[in-house]
Amino acid sequence: MSDNSLDQKMAAAQERLDAHVRESVEWHFNPETGCDYWLEKAKTLDFDPRKDIQCFEDVKKFPLFEDEDLRGGPLDKWVPKGLAGKPTYVFETGGTTGIPKSRVVIEDHWIDYENFSETLPDEHFPRGANWLMLGPSGPRRLRLAVEHLAQHRGGICFCVDLDPRWVVKLLKKGKTEEAKAYAAHVIDQAVTILRANHNVQCMFATPKLLEALALRLMDDGGSIEEAGIKGIFAGGTEFTPQWYRFCKEELLGENVFITPTYGNTLMGLACGKPFDIADEYKITYFAPQPRAVIEVVQFDDYNKVVDVGETGRVKLYTFTKELFIPGFMERDEGEREPAIELYPWHGISGTRPFHELLKTTTVGVY
Amino acid sequence: MLEIPVIRWGKEYQSMSKTDVVHFETGETLAQVNEANGGLIKMDMRKAKKAREVLRQFSIQELVDKCAAAAELFEHATLPLGNGEQTPEDFCMLQSATTGLPEHMCKFNMTKNAFVMKNMGSILDALTRGLPYEILSNGYGMEDRGVMVSYQANCDASGWVLPSNSPGVHTLWLPVIPLQIGLVLKPGKSEPWTPYRVYEAMAQAGIPREAFCLYPGAGDSGAELGGAVLECCERSVIFGGQATVEKYEGNPRISAHGPGFSKIILGDDVVDDWEKYLDLMVDSVYLNSGRSCISASGVWASRHTKEIADAMAQRLGPIAPLPMNDPHAGLAAFTMAGAAKAMNGQIDDGCDSGAVTEVTAKYRDGDRLVERERCDFLRPTVLHVSDPDDPMANTEFMFPFCSVVECPQDQMIKKIGYTLVGTCLTNDEAFKRQLLDATNIDRLNIGEVKTLQLNWLQPHEGNIIDFLYRARAFQNSPPPAH
Repeated sequence: MSDNSLDQKMAAAQERLDAHVRESVEWHFNPETGCDYWLEKAKTLDFDPRKDIQCFEDVKKFPLFEDEDLRGGPLDKWVPKGLAGKPTYVFETGGTTGIPKSRVVIEDHWIDYENFSETLPDEHFPRGANWLMLGPSGPRRLRLAVEHLAQHRGGICFCVDLDPRWVVKLLKKGKTEEAKAYAAHVIDQAVTILRANHNVQCMFATPKLLEALALRLMDDGGSIEEAGIKGIFAGGTEFTPQWYRFCKEELLGENVFITPTYGNTLMGLACGKPFDIADEYKITYFAPQPRAVIEVVQFDDYNKVVDVGETGRVKLYTFTKELFIPGFMERDEGEREPAIELYPWHGISGTRPFHELLKTTTVGVY
Repeated sequence: MLEIPVIRWGKEYQSMSKTDVVHFETGETLAQVNEANGGLIKMDMRKAKKAREVLRQFSIQELVDKCAAAAELFEHATLPLGNGEQTPEDFCMLQSATTGLPEHMCKFNMTKNAFVMKNMGSILDALTRGLPYEILSNGYGMEDRGVMVSYQANCDASGWVLPSNSPGVHTLWLPVIPLQIGLVLKPGKSEPWTPYRVYEAMAQAGIPREAFCLYPGAGDSGAELGGAVLECCERSVIFGGQATVEKYEGNPRISAHGPGFSKIILGDDVVDDWEKYLDLMVDSVYLNSGRSCISASGVWASRHTKEIADAMAQRLGPIAPLPMNDPHAGLAAFTMAGAAKAMNGQIDDGCDSGAVTEVTAKYRDGDRLVERERCDFLRPTVLHVSDPDDPMANTEFMFPFCSVVECPQDQMIKKIGYTLVGTCLTNDEAFKRQLLDATNIDRLNIGEVKTLQLNWLQPHEGNIIDFLYRARAFQNSPPPAH
């Protein structure tokens, strides 16, 4: 890879992003196509988005998006007029107590996961094979998204019942034994699916559940590989370099492929840099630009990115037809990573809970 | 840079995750420990049976002898540690630098650990009440008195989630190995030193490395590792605060060791001679920096309490922080940011009660809280509490702190609550009988014994033999006709 070539690719990616931002702003702030929320918000701004936002950098003129605005209804305010009348999903995040944050979705979860599908190697995620979704069920984007991914690749997705809100309640009450019993109940469901001759070869799993499933299979004299699984993608801040190594060397064995992902209901799905032993298990994510952007910003100035290699807080942007998020402070931090040929824009590594919020967060629900 | 590996049944493991162990005063990184992940521990614990098997290749007597040899190495040898070496002097200096305990106290704790290892035979003999070792090893056997007895190990390996701020607790897990049970240690974030040094000393003394796992770690990772140890080991011990004790209460697999609320009780028959016991009272509060569950946090008497509090305050109040390498340093540093300040605030709040008077203040040149750049100190504090029901009557902090509580003798046993070590000064036979019957007192001293003066031949917070082994019925022939 020459620096020249990468520079050119980065410049082209930046141009694409700027153009995409202009298109997105025009869509979301045009009274004919935008949603009530942003059209009303525009009246409170001291600039005209359609005139003054001409590139990604201009997006920083917006105040930070407050995800508290996502609590409660009516949800119609979030549906762009240009998409009115289309079948609409609502996905929730949080919600253990009080009103959860909601996001309306029409097709974004399909598009995000179809794009993600292109990054999955066919030899490890065979087309036509069936999938197991070992993650949260209920009003979650992930459950339908993984199911769509399976269908998009010609397979059927098997799911488990898993209510993460109940687990959070148990943990907050200190009922760790009950939480363990619930986790065992989830693993029981997964084992039953895997033993029912369903040709399941691909999986999504959270790190904790994958670990529990693999150990259960080992206790029973089997393994993930022997259960027929060839490829797994998993996500979250618990997917650490040490856990990655543990998976490859001990939990899964060398014949089962695993790849990390990072995302949330607002942004979609960031892909991991393809595994390279030279990286020493460092996990680097790249946002699905131009539909979403990840920045690593200074702790004391959320409009300034840190230098490559430096640590900062995760800032997310979403620019799809369905959602406009001009900068949202995620509850994570990490290190800014240089662009690569495959993803010619900056990435992030070492994602972990934001240190200032750590004391108030119940991490590792499922 | 000193780098300390994870130990997985004796094998060193370099993790992708490392955490610094830092000097509490300078912030200098003194070592890096490799951190495992929870799943790795769960994977290792699947092989715990092998640890017990490898230890059972030796008799308990042989392991006891090896412990004695290990004691010498622990106390006097230069031993490997990670990618470096450690002399006994290095050990004390490092332990002091990361835990905030003065160096001479670290040396004292080192000697204490060595003593327990040297005298393991006597300790096991006492804790098993003279049970022949072969009965534990074989699982059953006939005693000299002609009675068949059987003991079954409750676990192949025992887990210990150790504290950072109290290097004195290590004596408690030392008997695990000679009892032919694997040892799984999660060292506290600031105190990897003792577990690693004991491990190395025992290994060099001929105890198989395959019997040990050590999983150091800090912060959230440390909590995950501790959780995995507790989850996977059939018998585990954890050290923590009152919340930890309450969390695991009633769980037969986990023994939680928390605050001791240790006390000195003066009976009505001796209290008029209280001055005779002043040294005992002061030493019980002050020695080892008051940082122990066996340090006294209360003195209870029915009268003369104001005079007792004043006399103790005169001795303790002037004591101030000294450099860690000063042989007269009596106070340990608080290395966790905000901890000392929070305790100081709790004490101040408690002193708002009309029943509570701080007696030390007038003998102290300055505030109780001494704040430094990277650590804090709390200077000794004696309260007089005139109401035994006041919350400050039964409080414990990790520094020389004592409430002198005025309470009628006939209410004392009920009012003192849980008491790990109760030193009771009385010659009143009726009161002695009540004290002997009091189930809220764990270790009972009747007589002039400082609360810190433990006899290692006595069980501590439950008998480890009863925790690791269970007595059960065993017959290999029909019983006599009846």
